[in-house]
Amino acid sequence: MKSLEELKAIRERMQGQVGVRSADSSDTRVVVGMATCGIASGARPVLNTLVSEVNEKKLENVTVTQTGCIGLCQFEPIVEVFEPGQEKVTYIKVNPEKAKEIVEKHLIKGQKVEEYMLHKGAEHKGYADFVKFDEK
Amino acid sequence: MLPEISLNILDVAENSIVADASLIKIMVETDTSENKLKVTIEDDGCGMNEEQVASVVDPFFTSRTTRKVGLGIPFFKQAAELTGGFLNVDSEVGVGTKVEAVFLTDSIDCMPLGNICDTIFTLVTMNSHIDFVYEYKVDDKGFVLDTREMKEILGDVGFDNPEVSDFIRNYLYENEAEVKGM
Repeated sequence: MKSLEELKAIRERMQGQVGVRSADSSDTRVVVGMATCGIASGARPVLNTLVSEVNEKKLENVTVTQTGCIGLCQFEPIVEVFEPGQEKVTYIKVNPEKAKEIVEKHLIKGQKVEEYMLHKGAEHKGYADFVKFDEK
Repeated sequence: MLPEISLNILDVAENSIVADASLIKIMVETDTSENKLKVTIEDDGCGMNEEQVASVVDPFFTSRTTRKVGLGIPFFKQAAELTGGFLNVDSEVGVGTKVEAVFLTDSIDCMPLGNICDTIFTLVTMNSHIDFVYEYKVDDKGFVLDTREMKEILGDVGFDNPEVSDFIRNYLYENEAEVKGM
């Protein structure tokens, strides 16, 4: 049985280490919709992939968090990227592979992955109709 | 429908988070001789009044204001009842809520438990301000993950520390495999 002993060792290694930092307003926030709609369409592996990729790549200025229903259930899993001073980017129908690509291209290299973005997907999926319906 | 029991657990536990719980207990107990799987999700959140408890299994009831449907509990109830099992909700305002579901695992309609380790990992690491007690049991073998114990050891080192989150993931996977005798 794996015990908590290992945690003590981790704690000792981390003590006195600089770089233990908490999230602040200059961080890029990556938000995953985790309501029933998101979970049903596969948000859990997407969220876990984002967390482990961000850890692995040591992206210290990126925080991955979750939120409830974003309101576009048919496009779930949805990942939103908030960069300070920039417009929000919404990625739709994300899976773990796309999530890795988003980390690699958008979060590391600063290039948005246009093909997974909402406005791109919406051209094919009747987003305009949906918005009209929603406003009724 | 959510295709795994563990995804239903994740979804229902999100309700406890919204209810402002500070401690959430999740138990997953398998009784192989009786072919039963019991799932309990208990929180100390804001609770619900009798009327809300009665309507929570109704898909057209939800506490959110964005839309008029809420499918979390109805999905979970339907999944349990399809197997011949049941779902119970007990709640008291100001005390908390307990959701209990029993699945009969020999039913052809019983969905797989699925990746419960990932569900617990997601809940624990994404909500480090909340304490979780997770208990996994198969007959008389089992293990417990108690974030209060972990936080006591870790002090100011958070669950967002990559080494800590790796530890939590491995703790879940390795102990589950051992309980299952794998």
